[in-house]
Amino acid sequence: MRWVNVRPNRRSSILLGALPLLVALVVYLFAATARHAANPSDKILPTPAAMVSAMHSLLAESDPLSGRLIFWADTLASLERLGLALGICALSALLVGMVLGVLPAARATLGALVTTIAVIPPIALLPVLFILFGLGETAKVALIVVGVTPFLIRDLADHVASLPQEQLIKAQTLGASSWQLALRVALPQALPRLIAGLRLSLGPAWVYLISAEAIASDVGLGYRIFLVRRYLSMDIIIPYVAWISILAIAMDLGLAQLSRRGFAWAHQADR
Amino acid sequence: MSDLLSFENVWLEYGDKIVLEGVDLTIAERSFVSIVGPSGAGKSSFLRLVLGQEAPSRGRILLDDKPLTPECGPDRGVVFQRYSVFPHLTALRNVMFGRECVDAPFTARLFGAARRAAADEAEAMLVEVGLGDALHLYPAQLSGGMQQRLAIAQALMARPRVLLLDEPFGALDPGIRRDMHRLILRLWQEHALTVLMVTHDISEAFGLGTRVLAFDKRRIDPHAPHRFGATAVYDLPLTRKAPPDTTEPNGQVLRLTESVITNTQDSQ
Repeated sequence: MRWVNVRPNRRSSILLGALPLLVALVVYLFAATARHAANPSDKILPTPAAMVSAMHSLLAESDPLSGRLIFWADTLASLERLGLALGICALSALLVGMVLGVLPAARATLGALVTTIAVIPPIALLPVLFILFGLGETAKVALIVVGVTPFLIRDLADHVASLPQEQLIKAQTLGASSWQLALRVALPQALPRLIAGLRLSLGPAWVYLISAEAIASDVGLGYRIFLVRRYLSMDIIIPYVAWISILAIAMDLGLAQLSRRGFAWAHQADR
Repeated sequence: MSDLLSFENVWLEYGDKIVLEGVDLTIAERSFVSIVGPSGAGKSSFLRLVLGQEAPSRGRILLDDKPLTPECGPDRGVVFQRYSVFPHLTALRNVMFGRECVDAPFTARLFGAARRAAADEAEAMLVEVGLGDALHLYPAQLSGGMQQRLAIAQALMARPRVLLLDEPFGALDPGIRRDMHRLILRLWQEHALTVLMVTHDISEAFGLGTRVLAFDKRRIDPHAPHRFGATAVYDLPLTRKAPPDTTEPNGQVLRLTESVITNTQDSQ
């Protein structure tokens, strides 16, 4: 049998997918053990036991200054910022993207502006946001919004504008007004696309969140990583990074599930 | 039979490219007009004019003796070759869509008794086109022929004055196409429709139509082919001898028209 025809089934796919992760883990364990054999106080590749004990104090013991459990406070703060920002992104992208996609006149007027904003690197605007909104929560949320929304708007507007012309004509011959066309034809078909866009935006959104937290914050997953970097605390950084990736995967799966449950018609081809 | 649609010296031009020139036609109520012609002869442009997707650059089109607005409206129904149903709505909701738009201007959704009435009417229409057991399926779950049945049911719900068909059966298998021919002829008779159908299939054109229009260019300038537009070069009224469910074409006329069309294509 040719290699191109070897198709793993569902179970072996899971096994095969887990294999590289296991290999990476084993390689890490060997490297950490080797480094600790040479230097028992090595900080660069901490052993799992060191990570557990370091994380235990953050997970279970409250911070003497703030009285909070640091790990959970960090997680809550980061997720709050991310959730608020992505909510604002989704709503504003839906509104503007629909208007741009449905109305050619709006696209002619605002399309160039959205494209211009979209090419500005958001991190370059971070100082401006700090100046405008201060160092509080607003600036961090605003950075994510500024970074993600233009992409979502363009994606959604393109998608709505490329709905088959036949559908729009058909709706008009059935008596639909512009508003009804937007509400009943464009909006339902835009929503699954918006969710797909949000899924793709999760990566950049985390980047902006952690950048903003690294620069000015007193709580948050990104803040903690950059804080403990000063003490070479890899035993905290590595679990934090792993936790961030678990949160990101969970959010991605959640959105995928939402799309499949809410918009089954859009996923007919997946089955 | 009175004239439903009339074209008075209609021209369609894009810049210096002339697509249609001097189209002078009247279309009687309850007729079934097939439109044939080589590719690029303005068949679809002609349909777009009737649909209101475009306005003629000269001349005028009258529907019921009133000038046609250059915007699609519920007096003209349409079925395209593809994409003319909404993928996010079930068959039943697809057919209810028109009624919901007309009766609920703001929400475009009906509730309670009005919704039940619309659903009952839509269901009856779906049963009539043979989709009685597919009410709650999405278009992606329907075959090509079933999707076209759905598109026809959806268009008929709005009770259009003219039903425009743009190669509606072009993508279907021959067997399915024959079923669809029978369906459209039955609906045409039962609903007293006026139908304009663009098709590439000559036997379909003669089998279904009560009149066949062949579009082509009368003159061709080899140095500037875009300067002459197409018009209806043949206008053949057909008297139906056989009962409408047979779709066997009239052999002699068929050969005549096929030779006309092949010749004009060769000369291009």
